[in-house]
Amino acid sequence: MSSDYGYVGIKLHEPPTRQWLSRLHIDLPLLAGLLMLAGAAAVILYSAGGQKLDVLIRQGTRLGLAMVVMFTFAQIHPRHFRMYSPALYLLGVLLLTAVLLIGETSLGATRWLNLGIVRFQPSEMCKLSMPMMIAWYLAAHPLPPKFRHVVAAGILILVPTAMIAKQPDLGTAFLVGVAGAAVLFLSGMSWRLILGLAVIGAALLPVGWHFMHDYQRDRVLMFLNPEADPLGRGYHIIQSKIAIGSGGIYGKGWLRGTQSHLEFLPERSTDFIFAVFAEEFGLLGCLGLLGIYLFILGRCFAIVVQAQDSYSRLLSGALTVTFFVYVFVNVGMVIGILPVVGVPLPLVSYGGTSMVTLLAGFGILMSIHTHRKHLPR
Amino acid sequence: MNYEPLSLKDQLLEQRIFLNRIVAAVLLIIAATAGLGLRLVYLQVVGHEHYSDLSRDNQVKISPLPPPRGLIFDRNGEVLADNVPSYSLELIPERVPNLNHTLEELKALINLNDEEIRRFNALKGRAKNFESVPLRLQLGEEEMARFYVHMPRFPGVEVRSRSLRTYPYGDLTAHVVGYVGRISESELQKLDPSVYSGTYHIGKSGVEKTYESVLHGKTGYEELETNVQGRAIHVLGQAPAIPGADLHLSLDIKLQRTAFDALGDYDGSVVAIEPRSGRVLTLVSKPSFDPNPFVQGIPRAQYDALQRNPDRPLYNRALRGVYPPGSTVKPFMALAGLEVGGVQAAHRTYCPGFFRLPGVEHKYRDWRSGGHGSVDLKYAITQSCDVYFYDLALHLGIERMHDYLGRFGFGNRSGIDLDGEKTGLYPSPEWKRKHRKQHWFPGETLIAGIGQGYVGATPLQLARATAILANQGTVIEPRVTDRLVSSLALEHPYPPPPTAAIEIDPGHWRTVVDAMIDVVHSQSGTAKLIAPGLTYHVAGKTGTAQVFTVRQDQEYKKMHVKEALQDHAWFIAFAPAEDPKIAVAVIAEHGGHGGSVAAPIARAVIDQYLKSLNP
Repeated sequence: MSSDYGYVGIKLHEPPTRQWLSRLHIDLPLLAGLLMLAGAAAVILYSAGGQKLDVLIRQGTRLGLAMVVMFTFAQIHPRHFRMYSPALYLLGVLLLTAVLLIGETSLGATRWLNLGIVRFQPSEMCKLSMPMMIAWYLAAHPLPPKFRHVVAAGILILVPTAMIAKQPDLGTAFLVGVAGAAVLFLSGMSWRLILGLAVIGAALLPVGWHFMHDYQRDRVLMFLNPEADPLGRGYHIIQSKIAIGSGGIYGKGWLRGTQSHLEFLPERSTDFIFAVFAEEFGLLGCLGLLGIYLFILGRCFAIVVQAQDSYSRLLSGALTVTFFVYVFVNVGMVIGILPVVGVPLPLVSYGGTSMVTLLAGFGILMSIHTHRKHLPR
Repeated sequence: MNYEPLSLKDQLLEQRIFLNRIVAAVLLIIAATAGLGLRLVYLQVVGHEHYSDLSRDNQVKISPLPPPRGLIFDRNGEVLADNVPSYSLELIPERVPNLNHTLEELKALINLNDEEIRRFNALKGRAKNFESVPLRLQLGEEEMARFYVHMPRFPGVEVRSRSLRTYPYGDLTAHVVGYVGRISESELQKLDPSVYSGTYHIGKSGVEKTYESVLHGKTGYEELETNVQGRAIHVLGQAPAIPGADLHLSLDIKLQRTAFDALGDYDGSVVAIEPRSGRVLTLVSKPSFDPNPFVQGIPRAQYDALQRNPDRPLYNRALRGVYPPGSTVKPFMALAGLEVGGVQAAHRTYCPGFFRLPGVEHKYRDWRSGGHGSVDLKYAITQSCDVYFYDLALHLGIERMHDYLGRFGFGNRSGIDLDGEKTGLYPSPEWKRKHRKQHWFPGETLIAGIGQGYVGATPLQLARATAILANQGTVIEPRVTDRLVSSLALEHPYPPPPTAAIEIDPGHWRTVVDAMIDVVHSQSGTAKLIAPGLTYHVAGKTGTAQVFTVRQDQEYKKMHVKEALQDHAWFIAFAPAEDPKIAVAVIAEHGGHGGSVAAPIARAVIDQYLKSLNP
C-alpha cells in the first residue's frame, strides 16, 4: 500500500481501501500525519497540563469535534467553496464590524460575539474566508494578476486585517493577512512588486510603531533585548530558552522537565508548549516533531500541485503556506527568534478555537483532492 | 472549467507560473525550517551546558505578592471589614511522595476531619499538580507548632500565611458591606490574570463588589531563591504590592444596630438617608446572615439552609424588596394635586366610607368603614383618608400621577452604589399595554392613588422620595460610600453633589409638611403614638400594604397562615421637620398597622441619630 503514497500524477489503479476512503473524501496520508501530530500532542499536553487526565479528555473532545468539522468540509465540492467565497468574506467583515460595535471584552481585547450559548470569534472564520475570497477574486481573471487586480486584492486583504488588529489581536491579524498575501504570492504577482512592497513595508515600520498599543511595544522591545527586564516582560523568553537549552540532545525525559514543572515556564500548555516538549525530548524530539509537520506539509503540497483549477490551486496552496507560517511563528517565538505574539502551536497547544479552523482548512484540502476529475483510463 | 472565460486564460502558462511559485514557497519553507533547526542546535547543543547550569541554578522564582485589600470603615472609623492574618496548611501534590500516607499522618497530627479531606481532594482535582492546595484553612497556633516540629517528615507540605477577610459586625452589615468569596471559574474568565495572580478572593456582593477595583490594589512581585525542591530560601528582591484603597462609608454602625434591634422579630427593612447629601446612614434588611463563612467557602449544607429558609435571609429587602407603598404615597399625591392638578388645599371632599366611579356599582372602600366625613387635603393626609385620594386620583388621571411621582423616584432606580437594586413600578397605561397587553381601567387609577395595585417600591426608594420631599425638591442619589482613601494619599469624595431639582411652590410644600407633622403630633394623627416625649417635630406618614410578600411559595403560606394574613406596616418620616437632618423609611412585614409598629422603629432611629449630632 505504501508504494502508492507520495506520487505525483495520475494513478492507473487504486487498491480497494484507497477507493473506499476516496469515496468518503478522506485523504489517508494527510489523516495519518494529523493523527501522528495529535499523538505527540497528547503525550506533551499530559506533561505540560500537570498530568491531569481531564485536560487530555477535554482536548481530545475538541479534537474529535474538529475532526467532524474536517470530514464535513471534505464532503463539500470545491465549486461550492468557490461559489460561497464572496458571501463568506462579506459575512466575516460584517461580523467583525459587529464585534467592534457590540463585542464582548475580555482581558482588554474585544474579540468575541456572544451568540447566547456560544461565544464566537469572527476573526477565526476570516482565517479561512480570507484566502477563499482572494483566490476567488484572482482566479476570475487571467494569471498572473494585473497591477490593478493586485491593488484590489490588497484592499480586500487590508480591510479585515485592520479590523482584527483594532480589536486588538495582532497575532490573528497577522495570520489572516498572511493567508491573503499567500494567495497573491502564489498567483504569480511579479517579484518586482513583492520587493517594492517589502521596501515600503520596512519604511513604514516606524509609522506602525506609532499606532501600537503599549503592551505591543513592550513585546517588541522585550524581543530585542529580553535581559533588560528579567522580572517583567522578558521573563517568558528567558525561561523558555533555559527550558529548551537545558533539554540538550536527548532531553530530560517525559514528565521530568524541571523548568516546566517547577512553574518557571509560563503558559506551558498553550503558547509555550513547544518549550516543554524541547526540554523533555531534546533536540531529537524537536526534529521529530518538526518532521511530522514537514510530512503533513509535504502531503499538502502533493495535493496542491495536483489541484485542477486556479481557484483550488491558489486556495490549497495558501492554506498550506499559512499552516507553515503558524508553526514557524510559534516555534520562532518560543526559541526566541521572533517577537511574542499569541499564536498557538497548531494542533498541539491546549485550546479549541484555532484547532477547528485548522482542521476545517485540512478538510478543504481533502475536498479539493478527492473531488478531482480523473482522466478516463 | 465551464465557469471561466477560457478565451482569456492560458491554462498551461498559469500552471507553470503557479508551479514556479510553489517551488519558491517550498524553498522558503525549507530555509525557514533549517533556520529553526539551526537555532535549536545552537540552544540545545552549543548552549546546552550554559542553559543546563541556568536550569539547575534556576533558583530564582517569581512569585506574586497579593496586595492587602482595602479596609471598610463606618462614618466614625469603626472597622466593618478587616483583614486578619491566617495560617493555612497546604500541600503541593507533586512534591508529596505518598499522598495517602501523608494525609493519614497529618490527620493524626492536627485533627483533620473527613470534611476537610474531602474538600482537599475536590480542590486537588481542579488544581495543577505543582500548585499549592490548602488542606486546613485556619491553623491554630498549637497545631502550627506541632506541625513545625515534624515538618522534615512532610516534604511538599507547608504553612502559608494568608490574609483572611473578616466582618466583625457579621449579620449587621451583611447587606451593605457584602462579602468576598473565592473567585469562580466564570469570574476567572473575565479577570486580568496579571492583576489577580495571587489573589484568591473577589467581592461578591455589596460594597465589596461595587468597589472591587479600588479595594483590590495592585499586585507586586517577589524574586525568591529556592532550593531544588522549590522551597523558598530567601528573598532576592521585590516589587511591593500597592494596597487597595480604604473605603469610608457614610453608614453609622451604631444607628445600624439601633435600627436592626428596633425591628425586633419582624422581617423587613429600615433605610435612613441624610437628605441634603444623599448619604445613607442606615440600611437594614432583616433577617440577615453572617457573611464570614462565605469568605472561605460556605459548607453546602449551611448554604442550602440559608437558601431554603422561608424568610429569605440572603435577600436584600432594602434594595430588592418591592412592596406596595400603600398610604405612604399620599403626601406625594397631595403635592401632585397642588402642583400639577390645580387643587386648592382648602378643597373638601365628602367621605362616606366608600367611593364610586360614576355609573359603576362597585364600591372602593375607605379603611374606616364609617367614613371621615368632610375632609380637606391636610386632614386627608393626617387621617389617611382613602376616599379623598380616590377622588384626587380620578381628577389627576394616571398619566399625571405617573409623571409626577416618577420625579420622586417611584419606578426608577435610585442609583445607589450597591448591586442588584430593583426598579419598583409606578404604572402607566403604556406600561400596561406593553407588559400586560391590556387596557387601563379607571378603577386602577383609584387604586394607584392609594399606593396599591400595580404600584411597587423598595424601602430605599421610599427613603429617597422622603429625602427629596424633605429637601423641598432637591433630587439626591443615595450613596453608602462617603470617601475612599488610597495609599497614594488620594482622596475621592462621595457622593456627587445633587444635580436635579423638582420645583415646588413653598406654600404647597408647607401645607403637605404641616399635614405630615400632624400625622405625628396632632390628636387625630395616625402615628400619634410616638409623639410623647419628642423634643423636635417629626413629619411622617403611615402606610399599610396589603399582603404581598417577597415571592413566597406554597409551603410558606401554610406555615405562616396567621402571620401572613397581616398587612405590612410602613412608616416614612423626616426630622427635624424645620431643618431635616434625616429621612427614614421603615417596613415591618406583616406588622399590621404602620402607626403602632413601623413608626416607633423610625422614632428610635431618628432619636438616636439626632442625639449623636448634638450630644
